[in-house]
Amino acid sequence: MFKLKCDDFLIRDEATGQYTMSAEQQVRDETERNKWKTTGFTILKDWRLYLMLVPMILVYVLWKYLPMYELTAAFRFGNYEIATERPWAGLYNFNEIFFGASALEFWRAFRNTFIIAFYGLLFGFPMPIILALFFNEVKSNITRSVIQVCVYLPKFISTVIVTSLTLALFSGNQNGGEDSKVGVISQLLGAISGSDVLHGALPGGLVYTTQYFRAIYIVTDIWEHAGYDSIVFFAAVIAVSPTSYEAAQIDGAGKMAQMRYVVIPSILSTVIIMLIMKIGGLLSVGYEKLYLLCPSATYGNYEVANVVSTWANGLTDPSTQAFGIAGEMTNNLIGMILVIGSNAIARKASDVSLY
Amino acid sequence: MKRKTEVSELIFKIVAYFFLIIFAILCVYPLLFALSSMFSGFDAVRDNEIVLWPTGKLQIEAAKYVLSNASFWVSYSNTLFVTFIGTIWCLIYSILGAYALSKKRLMGRHGFNFFLVFTMWFAAGVVPQFLNYQATGRVMATIFAGSTNMGDIDLKWLIVLAMGMNATNIVLLRNSFEGVPSEIEEAARIDGATELQILMKVYIPMSRATIATVALFFGISRWNGYFWAYKVTGAAGQSYSWPVQVYMRDFIQINTSLTGEYNADTAEIAHLGQATSIAYAMVVFAMIPILVIYPFIQKYFAKGVNMGGVKE
Repeated sequence: MFKLKCDDFLIRDEATGQYTMSAEQQVRDETERNKWKTTGFTILKDWRLYLMLVPMILVYVLWKYLPMYELTAAFRFGNYEIATERPWAGLYNFNEIFFGASALEFWRAFRNTFIIAFYGLLFGFPMPIILALFFNEVKSNITRSVIQVCVYLPKFISTVIVTSLTLALFSGNQNGGEDSKVGVISQLLGAISGSDVLHGALPGGLVYTTQYFRAIYIVTDIWEHAGYDSIVFFAAVIAVSPTSYEAAQIDGAGKMAQMRYVVIPSILSTVIIMLIMKIGGLLSVGYEKLYLLCPSATYGNYEVANVVSTWANGLTDPSTQAFGIAGEMTNNLIGMILVIGSNAIARKASDVSLY
Repeated sequence: MKRKTEVSELIFKIVAYFFLIIFAILCVYPLLFALSSMFSGFDAVRDNEIVLWPTGKLQIEAAKYVLSNASFWVSYSNTLFVTFIGTIWCLIYSILGAYALSKKRLMGRHGFNFFLVFTMWFAAGVVPQFLNYQATGRVMATIFAGSTNMGDIDLKWLIVLAMGMNATNIVLLRNSFEGVPSEIEEAARIDGATELQILMKVYIPMSRATIATVALFFGISRWNGYFWAYKVTGAAGQSYSWPVQVYMRDFIQINTSLTGEYNADTAEIAHLGQATSIAYAMVVFAMIPILVIYPFIQKYFAKGVNMGGVKE
């Protein structure tokens, strides 16, 4: 007749018509009520695990999260060193860098950041994929290993050495010898273009020119990272099963068709994940290298080489330092939006996401 | 039909080999260039005459100068110190943290993961980071030297403790620990092993490839670190704790025309070509440790760099 659906937790007393709670439900409620106690117990039992976390959390709080606290200086007036004693300025610093006295400098730095990052992605991203596809063609393990040892190597050379060698190879005739030549690559470019500009008339070298700086920066960046970044793609390429190739060959697919219909679809998820990672780091361009190639505003390439972080680093006048902090904060927030956005788009479009 | 396939394959193969060999040569060329310049004649170095082989009147004076240059070796030993102690310190907190994060039973695991991964998305920036290091230096000076001037402490320790953090490395370690089968851990636990024993006896030996790779990453970033060491030691005016990269850059800036700040009156070495040759010798000496270690750990890369799982 009358049967409650919930009668696994309620019991009806036939005599009085009253409902009482079942024993099982009482136990369940009790457990629910005491959940905090068991939680506490688990934490107590696993205290060693939490103890293991302590050093890492301490390091990250002290040297990653406390600097974020320093960002409050972006909302205060003036000299950052005594920021906590300075009055609040609201959005004054942001107003100044977006529309006010420092707008020209900030937007130039921001544009430079974006251009360098964008070209770096455009030309730098396909390179490791191409390398990985080509590595797959080298069937001899020894030959491939030798080539791989060579192409991974630049990743491990320090920025100081990379920039010094870049300056040397792209140098102009700055050494004052009687019949001095320009740097090796400058000579080569001069011979190709046949232009006199590269034959010694240029004292400071190609790195310090506004025309060539971006190209040199991106080429040396590819030189540094392409080989090493190909590891991930190569792992994806060799994971393609040989039977897929055979099937494609039987269907009459040439090499290009095999690439198009077999290899590319199989490595697509890796490509998307790496792309998200690259876009996430887009606006945090390597300030170390840029600083070494353009340490101050007196250099000829400053117009194109100063990015937001090096611009902020160069603001030593107490009245403008808060501008630098505000500018970097803007830059890094946009960077964060880029990584979260690209991740969301990738998840929607192809079910591949990083985070 | 069959013939056509073979031709396209052959062309592709030729292009691949050609491209790879050219790229591999380009990758090692600048290093060979530095090596040749180190032994080339001073005038040849000054006049940019080296293309590949040592040119001009060959010499080993540049190498001798570097070998007998005390401040270079002081900075070299600073870098060795920072690399060894810094790598060990980073590995200790990273392995402990990654082990705890790899456990499903850890309450608040997602929160801790987010805490870590957030630093990969957002960084405070160069100026706030520098302020933070200065504040750290002042606190360390208060504790260890009883003053508020960070120049009073040996800044090597600040570099060791506060720099070289890398969340990606911790994620790599965590993923590797997650891949260890839980049955082994349970077996060890039944045998009465403590948490630390399980980590030392089970997890670390089973994740050797990842740990080797991560140690290499930490070590290389320590060995190559320039910017923050330069900023921090520069702010304190402390040149005795310079790492070799900072010393090298300083030498190149003062004595050679490469960075465009050359002034013949302030240079320490009279002949520009000699100074440049010495700079190349320093470059070569500073690369040696990396070139020695690199081939041994290179084989672990493919295994250790499993980026597929940065997911929380």
